[in-house]
Amino acid sequence: MATLILRRILIAIPTLFLVSLFVFALQRALPGDPFLVIAGEERDPEVIARLREIYRLDDPVIVQFFAWLGQVVQGDFGRSLRTGEPVLGLILQKLPVTIQLATASILVAIVIGIPIGILAARHKGTVVDYSASAVALSGLSIPNFWFGIMLILLVSVHLKWLPASGYESIFVHPWEAIQRLIMPAFVLGNGLAAFLMRHTRSAMLEVLRSDYVRTARAKGLDEDAVIHRHALRNALMPIITLTTLLFGELLAGAVLTEQVFTIPGFGKLIVDAVFNRDYGVVQGVVLCTAIGFILMNLIADILYVVVNPRLRTG
Amino acid sequence: MKLLKVAISAAALALAIVPALAQAPSTLRIGLQEDPDMLDPHKARTFVGRIVFMGLCDRLVDITPELKLVPRLATEWNFSADGLTLTMKLRSDAKFHDGEAFNAEAAKANLERARTLPDSLRKAELASVDTIEAPDATTLVLKLKRPDATLLSQLTDRAGMMLSPKSLSGDVAAKPICSGPYKFVERVQNDRIVLEKFKEHWEADKYSFDRILYRAIPDTTVRLANLRSGELDMLERLAPTDVKSAQSDKSLKVESVANLGYQGITINTNNGEAANQPMGKDKRVRQALSLSIDRKVLSQVVFEGLYAPSNQPFNPGNFYVSADLPIPARDLAKAKALLKEARQSKVSVELFVTNNPVDAQLGQVIQAMAQEAGIDIQIRSTEFASQLRDQQQGKFQMSRVGWSGRIDPDGNIHPFAHSKGNQNDGKYANPEVDKLLDEARTIYEPAERKKRYDAAQKILQDELPIIYLYNQTVFFAMRSNIQGFAINPDGMIRLAGLKRS
Repeated sequence: MATLILRRILIAIPTLFLVSLFVFALQRALPGDPFLVIAGEERDPEVIARLREIYRLDDPVIVQFFAWLGQVVQGDFGRSLRTGEPVLGLILQKLPVTIQLATASILVAIVIGIPIGILAARHKGTVVDYSASAVALSGLSIPNFWFGIMLILLVSVHLKWLPASGYESIFVHPWEAIQRLIMPAFVLGNGLAAFLMRHTRSAMLEVLRSDYVRTARAKGLDEDAVIHRHALRNALMPIITLTTLLFGELLAGAVLTEQVFTIPGFGKLIVDAVFNRDYGVVQGVVLCTAIGFILMNLIADILYVVVNPRLRTG
Repeated sequence: MKLLKVAISAAALALAIVPALAQAPSTLRIGLQEDPDMLDPHKARTFVGRIVFMGLCDRLVDITPELKLVPRLATEWNFSADGLTLTMKLRSDAKFHDGEAFNAEAAKANLERARTLPDSLRKAELASVDTIEAPDATTLVLKLKRPDATLLSQLTDRAGMMLSPKSLSGDVAAKPICSGPYKFVERVQNDRIVLEKFKEHWEADKYSFDRILYRAIPDTTVRLANLRSGELDMLERLAPTDVKSAQSDKSLKVESVANLGYQGITINTNNGEAANQPMGKDKRVRQALSLSIDRKVLSQVVFEGLYAPSNQPFNPGNFYVSADLPIPARDLAKAKALLKEARQSKVSVELFVTNNPVDAQLGQVIQAMAQEAGIDIQIRSTEFASQLRDQQQGKFQMSRVGWSGRIDPDGNIHPFAHSKGNQNDGKYANPEVDKLLDEARTIYEPAERKKRYDAAQKILQDELPIIYLYNQTVFFAMRSNIQGFAINPDGMIRLAGLKRS
């Protein structure tokens, strides 16, 4: 196990390096001068030149990259060009926000997706199955942005049931946090729910066709027991792995969902940073996201080994 | 099933009641279009930042909705006969949020910082100041290098905002300590800025809210939805497309005023290779383009008629608007005649627009109108950052841009039309215009000043380096129980007198 983790970490280092270099180069290739953008109407050429000098923007890109890398290795992610705040502080401030949203969305996806998937598999080829598929398809095809705005208009503006936007930490104001989480988690979770539902359905169908299920039925067990006690457990195996891999999906979805519900998370941070050419922030966020991905994959790998002893070596 | 229904209704009811309880009654919640940048008046750049500073930092001078200068931290002021000395009397009862007293020494320290900080963006605004003296606690004397008619207007904004002298050497933006009616509590980037009432403010009785919460909600639809659902008390920059629906909502009210800026087309007349084409080189072609545009129809099609057509850099109703230059009516025959005179039967030119729906539509309407006169416009659309850079580097033939406006007329014309103006991206140059605009800067008497602007405008309207199209109306929307909002063409939200009924 330790060798596996160690090997994974060693492989991660060049990956992170390449991701950083790629994003760094890509950003510099984008047209637009960050200081011209952030100076907006106050563009005093002297000040812009001075700022470019302070932030070393006139150095060759490769020199800038290694200067940045040298700082990062020492734990200094630099400062936001736009607000002057430390990048690492911003990331640490925004990360829990998005993790909270992502966790809630995964919960929504599981609660909706898996039961409907089971239901569809049980009643394969019936109205139930087709309507479940229709719901799943619409869940996948409705754009988050539009769905979010519609929900706000209905639930917040018209019915006045839930606050329209904002964020509270679940550990500080749990009740307010839940109210503010319901809609965004639903919007972000419904697409994933559709995805989970389809996979649950096909995994279930596969399992239901297997010999041991037939045996269970032949034994005279009632259908509920067959499904829940025997079929579901095996069908869930691939679903669990899928769920960990949905992390990337979630982060991409969070970008839009956070915009609509004005949640000050990672997604909103990166979008604003890109538009403002806030190089340091984009760079820091990308690096953290890449680390997150690698961690998730590592966890998935470890889980495999834990679950399936045949994969254990030496 | 019935039980489930009851449970859902109960939960919904509970959720609905809680936000009402959670929000203390004396917090004013304001929705902003963007997240402000650094909360340091000397380094700040954004419009929304200025809105926040209105609550946080007092200025030396303020303006009324009629753009008249009125006392704030300075109670009176006068210029010496030669126009080279500005003497200001300061309040003696003002305090900073850290308890320090405001006095002339503090004002001097602030102005010095604004002038000398390496990354200060206020240097140009205070460029005419030579030395600053504080002979006694309530007297501030500014010695000028040249007479400067724009100086007092600069002191109504960030250049005239006062920070506690003790905080000047620290990280101001992280925790600004000013002397305004509200003090800084916290900031969460991209989310909120919270201010709390400063009880020792010299005018504290005029401010009825205990807290001010500024929230950045960039999407206009979402911002309005938040106002409708009661999450916000007011918002700035309501989109013109939303004005009608907000007006028809009884729980809301909408207020509007002509903003200080202008919107138009900047033409590259002299900046590099891209200027070498008929539109850049021949004023008759530009005149033809201007005449081909029906400004009224443009406003109706794109802005539901809510924006006033305009052909000058100053907002409608401004003292400096020249009465000799009425908005030209559309005249296709004359436009075609001008093109013929210029020996241009078919002009082909590129128009740069920002890639947002409004600007795209604007570009298309202009394109369609110009087409009828024989000017073939190709639209190039990029995001604002690229547009700005290309424009500055002269990689454009025409660019659809605007200006948010300044209180002093100089700020709306000098940077754009003077050959050395730092926003003159088309590098338009005319010595006569330069002379008039430079002179106008130094004249304190408004009527005399206006004569210079009128004369400069006459030349500019003939040569058209910028074709002005319309003036943006600023719309604010608020809950109908919010009273006492004093709308001002500068688009700021002044918190004095605001209350919830």
